[in-house]
Amino acid sequence: MTAGRADRLLVLWCPDWPTVAAAAVAGTPTSEAMAVFVANRVVTCNAVARARGVRRGMRRRDAQSNCPDLVVFGADDARDARLFEAVARAVEDLVVGVEVVRPGLVAVPVSGAAGYFGGEHRLVERLLDAVATAAGVECQVGIAEGLFAATLAARCGEFVEPGRSAEFLAPLPVTELDQPGADRADLVDLLKRLGLRTLGAFAALSERDVANRFGTAGILAHRLARGLSERPPSRRKPTPELSLAEEFDPPLERVDVAAFLAKGLAARFCTALAGHGLACTRLGIYATTEEGEQLGRVWRCAEPLTPHGVADRVRWQFEGWLRAKPGERPTSGVTRLRLEPEEVVEGRSLQLELWQGRGAGDPLADERAGRAFVRVQSLLGPDGVVTALLDGGRDPAARVRLIPWGDPRERETPADATWPGRLPAPSPATVLDRPLPVQVTDAEGRAVGITVREWVTAPPRWLSVAGGPRRAVLDWAGPWPVAGDRRNVVPEQGRLQLLLDAGPDAPGEAVLARCSGTENPLWTVEGVYG
Amino acid sequence: MTAVLDTQAARPVLDAIAEPPAARLAALPGVSTASRVADRAERARTAGRVLPVVPALAGLLPAAGLRRGSTVAVHGAAALLTALLAEATAAGSWAAVVGLPSLGLAAAAESGVDLGRLALVPRPGADFPAVVAALLDGVDIVAVHSDTVQPAVARRLSARARHRGAVLVSSGPWPSADIVLSCRPGEWTGLESGAGHLAERRVVVQARGRGAAVRPVSAELLLPGPSGSVSLATANTDDTEAEAAG
Repeated sequence: MTAGRADRLLVLWCPDWPTVAAAAVAGTPTSEAMAVFVANRVVTCNAVARARGVRRGMRRRDAQSNCPDLVVFGADDARDARLFEAVARAVEDLVVGVEVVRPGLVAVPVSGAAGYFGGEHRLVERLLDAVATAAGVECQVGIAEGLFAATLAARCGEFVEPGRSAEFLAPLPVTELDQPGADRADLVDLLKRLGLRTLGAFAALSERDVANRFGTAGILAHRLARGLSERPPSRRKPTPELSLAEEFDPPLERVDVAAFLAKGLAARFCTALAGHGLACTRLGIYATTEEGEQLGRVWRCAEPLTPHGVADRVRWQFEGWLRAKPGERPTSGVTRLRLEPEEVVEGRSLQLELWQGRGAGDPLADERAGRAFVRVQSLLGPDGVVTALLDGGRDPAARVRLIPWGDPRERETPADATWPGRLPAPSPATVLDRPLPVQVTDAEGRAVGITVREWVTAPPRWLSVAGGPRRAVLDWAGPWPVAGDRRNVVPEQGRLQLLLDAGPDAPGEAVLARCSGTENPLWTVEGVYG
Repeated sequence: MTAVLDTQAARPVLDAIAEPPAARLAALPGVSTASRVADRAERARTAGRVLPVVPALAGLLPAAGLRRGSTVAVHGAAALLTALLAEATAAGSWAAVVGLPSLGLAAAAESGVDLGRLALVPRPGADFPAVVAALLDGVDIVAVHSDTVQPAVARRLSARARHRGAVLVSSGPWPSADIVLSCRPGEWTGLESGAGHLAERRVVVQARGRGAAVRPVSAELLLPGPSGSVSLATANTDDTEAEAAG
């Protein structure tokens, strides 16, 4: 069992970190029930919400029916990473060799630090104090061999004796193998259906049988269940020429610029590694500022990092450095950035990208178009080139979400959601980016408004733009509700389709107008049809 | 393959030059550089190829689609511009729209445009020529709108589109357009004084141009038709006439 024995690690875990970070940004007291949602499902919630029946994966409607005063937050990786930098820094003040696994979880090699502070308990005490005073958050600590066992130990707040990791893991349920980012849901589901309900039962199988039945992913999970490190200790120390350094002139001072540059750097970094048949599992990000300050942080990852993963981590790290509190922020911009592969593995999985094409279309043409868009981004900035995504919503402008080229295109609302009262197709071919204020009056010249019951006070007859000459309204339809939210339709507001007279012998011009108020209505033209 | 020699006569010249710079070699008759050979192959591959358009618009265009390397100007309706992009993006080509911040994207999606293959540069500002030139290098269809483009710049961009095998579509006048599509709007239907909703509009689209398109062609279309798509209006007219006659 000595082969592949993992290093003894201390893991410091901040429970429900996305919720804690979101509450800190919004200024919500931690005694409230809160949850973070992605695509209408709970991702994390705090202990108060959990006590009232909110669970991971729950739909928002169900969560709110269990806990009506639930505070709802959206997910934001950058926010989580930015706030976690304070915790990482507090740990780094005491111990060297800090590795961030993900926002909310740091790992530290325990042997040296425990000797220095006079025992593991003393070390943990000091760490908990330091994190509580510096970052003001609660955390739990666990010590065990290997990242997987140490993470689970941190959940229970347990210090596992040296060499007893397998015993500690044995009674835990097999579902623990499905850690965030590991993508083992299918394997865990299969193991459960095979009757292997605990990690101990899975570990008791012979490695040969596991390899036959479950393949490489199975071997890896089996090693974890036995309390060994993820991979055999054949990891090599990468040669220095694989690290990638870049000088910036003028110095980087803004996160969005850094995020844009990170994408290109990450692609080059991973291509260089892939050229040697390698992939990175531990990434060092080191920066030097104009004033000569040295910043550095190591990110650890169970799975080999993809270019996208590298770019994300660089962006998160810059969020942490450049948007920290004024006292802790570097005094000048970053002039030099170095990405260093601290640990590499054989990059078998990298070939996958060849088969993960987008189906339709010629990959060469896609690459050519992508290069052209990046070239334009370099002229106009990252937001200069956007792609549109149709998301949920009732009106033509709210349905469209613009995503800078290169960012992931993900819907915010479930695709199967229904939107009662949505404006029917066809949509206006022109959507004014600045709505045009107008006056709409009825046949007697009185202003037309919208009642609480969503009906117009009188049929619209005339429309004039900013006191100009009035145009006859030939025909109209509506109103359709204006929605702030799915649940609360805003009263006394509505959208109408108006057909305007465009002069003698000319056909009418159709516009989309919005009205709010009954007594003193405000009208704007939002779009033009056709 | 850096240089291709097809005459024996070139050999003494080659021997005479101790260090032949690629440029001087390439200037010799019958000699071509690798990049030029590749360039010509690329142009042969793309030239003469036609990007598909929706059936309703195919009759208006001389090649029954957007011929690569051509410039098309569109007047009168924003919906006509998106209708031109629809079939090509759905078939896997890339398109970009420059300088149209108020383009209705929900309407574009309804007319059949694959928004995943449509990039938008809403505000190119003073970099307009550079942005369009960069996009023509890599994108199949580039739709542009500019009120201030100089005729010389416009001609240069059209030449670039011709050279790269891209299609340049201009919303509004363009000095060197091969085809000009102009749209005369007609009546909207679907509104019933408070009830109903805007459903469809009849328009007459006329195509004029140079070369094969010198004789004007026109067609009556539903733009937008039912549920936002584009369709020919003629069949519909025949039905109503037949009904009236019967």
